[in-house]
Amino acid sequence: MHDWPLLSLLIWLPIVGGFALLALGASRARAARILGLLVAIATLALCVPLFLGFDRADGGMQFLERVPWVPAFGIDYHLGIDGISLVLILLTAITTVLTLIGAWSSVEDRVPVYYAAFLLLEGMMIGVFSALDAALFYVFFEGMLLPMFLIIGMWGGPRRVYASLKFFLYTFLGSVFMLVGLIYLYTQAGSFEIAKFAGLSLGRMEQTLLFFAFLIAFAIKVPMWPVHTWLPDAHVEAPTGGSVILAAIMLKIGGYGFLRFPLPITPDACMEWAWLVVLLSLVAVVYIGFVALAQEDMKKLIAYSSISHMGFVTLGIFLPFALLEQGATDAARLAVHGAMVQMISHGFVSGALFSCVGVLYDRMHSRMIGDYGGVANVMPRFAALFVLFAMANAGLPGTSGFVGEFMVVLAAFQASPWIAAAAALTLILGAAYTLWLVKRVIFGAEANAEVASLKDLQSHELLTLFGFAFFVLLLGVWPAIAVDLMDASVVALLTRLGFGGN
Amino acid sequence: MTLKTILSIIAFAPLLGAIVVGLFGRRLGDRASHTLAIFAVGVSAALSLYVLKLFVFDGHPVFNENLYTFFAFGDLSAHVGFLVDRLTVLMMAVVTVVSFLVHVYTVGYMAGDPGYSRFFAYINLFTFAMLMLVMSNNFLQLFFGWEAVGLVSYLLIGFWYRRPTAIFANLKAFIVNRVGDFGFLLGIAGVLYWLGTLDYATAFARVPDIAGKSFSVWSGVEWDIATFIAVALFVGAMGKSAQMPLHVWLPDSMEGPTPISALIHAATMVTAGIFMVARMSPIYEFAPGALEFVLFIGATTAILTGLIGIVQNDIKRVVAYSTLSQLGYMTVALGVSAYSAAIFHLTTHAFFKALLFLAAGSVIIGMHHEQDMRRMGGLKRYMPVTWIAAWVGTLALVGTPFFAGYYSKDAIIEAVHASLEGGSWVHGYAYFAVLAGAFVTALYSFRLLYLTFHGEERFRQVEDHHDAHGHDAHEPHESPWVVTLPLILLAIPSIAIGFFTAGPLLFGGWFGEAIAVRPENDTLASVAAKLWHDEHGWLAAAIGFGLHFYAAPAFWLALAGFATATYLYLIRTELPARIAERFALLYRVLERKYGFDELYQALFARGSVRLGQGLWRAGDRALIDGVMIDGTASLVDRVAAVLRWVQTGFLYHYAFVMILGLIVLMALALRI
Repeated sequence: MHDWPLLSLLIWLPIVGGFALLALGASRARAARILGLLVAIATLALCVPLFLGFDRADGGMQFLERVPWVPAFGIDYHLGIDGISLVLILLTAITTVLTLIGAWSSVEDRVPVYYAAFLLLEGMMIGVFSALDAALFYVFFEGMLLPMFLIIGMWGGPRRVYASLKFFLYTFLGSVFMLVGLIYLYTQAGSFEIAKFAGLSLGRMEQTLLFFAFLIAFAIKVPMWPVHTWLPDAHVEAPTGGSVILAAIMLKIGGYGFLRFPLPITPDACMEWAWLVVLLSLVAVVYIGFVALAQEDMKKLIAYSSISHMGFVTLGIFLPFALLEQGATDAARLAVHGAMVQMISHGFVSGALFSCVGVLYDRMHSRMIGDYGGVANVMPRFAALFVLFAMANAGLPGTSGFVGEFMVVLAAFQASPWIAAAAALTLILGAAYTLWLVKRVIFGAEANAEVASLKDLQSHELLTLFGFAFFVLLLGVWPAIAVDLMDASVVALLTRLGFGGN
Repeated sequence: MTLKTILSIIAFAPLLGAIVVGLFGRRLGDRASHTLAIFAVGVSAALSLYVLKLFVFDGHPVFNENLYTFFAFGDLSAHVGFLVDRLTVLMMAVVTVVSFLVHVYTVGYMAGDPGYSRFFAYINLFTFAMLMLVMSNNFLQLFFGWEAVGLVSYLLIGFWYRRPTAIFANLKAFIVNRVGDFGFLLGIAGVLYWLGTLDYATAFARVPDIAGKSFSVWSGVEWDIATFIAVALFVGAMGKSAQMPLHVWLPDSMEGPTPISALIHAATMVTAGIFMVARMSPIYEFAPGALEFVLFIGATTAILTGLIGIVQNDIKRVVAYSTLSQLGYMTVALGVSAYSAAIFHLTTHAFFKALLFLAAGSVIIGMHHEQDMRRMGGLKRYMPVTWIAAWVGTLALVGTPFFAGYYSKDAIIEAVHASLEGGSWVHGYAYFAVLAGAFVTALYSFRLLYLTFHGEERFRQVEDHHDAHGHDAHEPHESPWVVTLPLILLAIPSIAIGFFTAGPLLFGGWFGEAIAVRPENDTLASVAAKLWHDEHGWLAAAIGFGLHFYAAPAFWLALAGFATATYLYLIRTELPARIAERFALLYRVLERKYGFDELYQALFARGSVRLGQGLWRAGDRALIDGVMIDGTASLVDRVAAVLRWVQTGFLYHYAFVMILGLIVLMALALRI
């Protein structure tokens, strides 16, 4: 199968499948669920040859596809992946399947459209991760907003209009800056090929302006403090599936964007401003950690926890600039690997936690912590899985949540023990807000009659959560499975930033 | 079978047991669950003893191999692997044997509990985690085991999760431990930075390179590197081994079922910090400042927590404070470089403290889940086996000559004494603390015995607050054999293990390369010169050491403690209340445990939630959402008002048309 256009298939299969679902008509709920899930599974199956055919030793782009698209502007339909894209594509395909299984009974209204939106989202997210042309990237990057906007706007909670517009405007605002930057780069490079952007020799002023354009776009996406306030609102209003995809994959596009655009294209500006990103990341870890403690709404709490955890991603991505002077190549590798592992881990852990909240919400129609208590008495299986994901969220070794944080803290120490100490505060804060949540929701005597009559997990819910649990533990005990895929690409990136080989 | 296979079975059999019992326990039923769990730990224990034999009697060389690679790139790698030397085999044997006995005991103690099989899954998992900790050959796996035992401790303290006190205690335990782990993680980060590896053997070999070097913490402030690493790692040990001021979680952990108080919160997990420091002795030996810090913390813990033990009325809490105090003794031993003595005391303590806890548990069963000693008394008639077991445990604990605790505690006290020469004020303080501690230990220990087993029978005085236990609801009874058998089996080592192993463990260089001591720090060598005369063989030496008690101040202090307790709690039983009244302030301070709980609760628990609320309201809502994007936000609302038709469901048509447009555009472009 190595001559198949695998990446195109991965992008277009779910998109075409999504449109097929729309054509089903709004009433064919069951058919839509089955068809939707089958398409998602088929997409995941297509990842297998991608995974097997991927050459780990090669740090460059693989599975290349290139067709001229708008030759007048030097825009190509140009696809390709390296290890960094590959793991994120795997994350996308896996999470989409698990999300669609989990959504089996939670949405009853306009089911075909709901499932279609997720498939479209999947196709476009894979597109983002495999586009090598900036214009193509931008199309997917923007196109992705629409299905999510719809998911929140149509199936969301009472303040869905506010939340979906806040989400849309925020991210749209950010990407406008990026668009301006990309067009400027096009004028310099004569094409939209990202690799050519990186080859430009840009002046200090140009780099700085471009850096901030990218920073705004991707910082909103991640989201970084202080442009994070859209996320808790979006999560609170979004339906379960929307929250899962938003947290598990869409946030990662911010981290991915940093690795693809500002790092290789404006390395000098990154070097100059890395302190700012590091500082904002630490604010995210510490400040947001405290804010999460104060939340009374489960989804808000997990949303804030997401922001705090994503702080490790941005920290890990920008740490290499603090290590460049001492030429600590291994530490820089550790930092970037840490950021990547943290992204994948956060995908599974936050996806699982939002799924768990969804399970409770479907039964009680409340997200407020105060309405719960003693869930373990009536839902023992759910409780066991919830505690597992909570522990992963608190960074317990043996779960994926530990690995990324561990790597980033160790790398940070080499840049400065103070950065490491600030980041390591998450050990305490993360445990405090997560396990306090567990205490209030899961443990204790049944809080009220409604809780006392809860039923334990249905089989499709169990399947989703088991799926997440499998990957959380797999990555937790054997992170090499992801690290080995990415290492050559990480080295290639760091070499471009000026790190020597070993 | 290769040694690697055997070691893997030792570590992973309990994990397998935990998985099977954890996932299918309810379907398997109680009997199958406990059989499987006990079998798994039994295999581990038997093989551990076999490995102990291999290393001790057959002189097997140190085993150090990796199982698999966690991650690796460049010169950096993290593995899962085993380092087995004499220190490891001793810990493995202690962990698996005590664990096995506790498993058996659990069959009786937890009978009929709705979470029966879950409990067995947890203690199996605990055994696995503890083994991974002690068998590790690198810092990553050490941290894994470290946190994994913390997880199981969390799950087991909160085992009866309907009780508000239990789920408060387990949250507290986890978070206080995380405060320690904060230091621990930074210590590991320091090891990787300055020693360039996470592997023990390589790291230890490189320690001399960093000795005496310092790094700049702040402009103009320089810290010694080895001291920083050692202190940071020890902060982790302070959490796990409950040293002041991170000791607050351990007394509360008594909310868990008694078998785990014995296994986790007395015999094994809480000694992980002690083990860790002994394992890291090559680092500590190059960090004299860190050793003084360790000594100071240990001495403070030993004396202050012991004092609290005197005023407690809950039988388990007395034993818990006793554990804290004894952990302080072990830490003191570490602080004077008497690592072997620390490990030796850890070993003897594991047996006699497990014995005391299980005896307390037996009393609790016999008393129908009553834990308040004020409602006991005179139990020796009803529970003779438990009574004798408790006496044996107590005699060992207070350091009665020839009992296990005598050898280990006296060695520590003598080592501190030996360190006085050329030592600083910390050494003097520590010597005072461990001596005073001997008196205090005897006082609270015999108080417990008298209040529980001797004197008048007070259990009939209470009105019936248990319902429907049958007609003999308050008649105490001896526990079933699954409970008393482990008591008997633990009583044997509590008496004899010190006598038989003091020689090799303390003075025989038994640990070989596993424990490093620089000659100028070797306090145990002076102790050996003074106490251990094996010219006529080890038997004569052990007896000689035992007979030396008349010259040991600790013995006379313990005897004074015994006399005081006998006078106050057996003869003039009305006196303690009057003393408490007379010294009301002191009594209050002890009863409130010096106010640590209140302080932490107000400052950290409530404080951080308040801080979070403040940041959220002032930062996120008022400043960022309110001021910075006020215009945007209100704009959003205005736009939203105009776009209400979204809810009519037509917007998605518009949106999909947009996407469709894009796709058509792409399709057209592609055809060009």
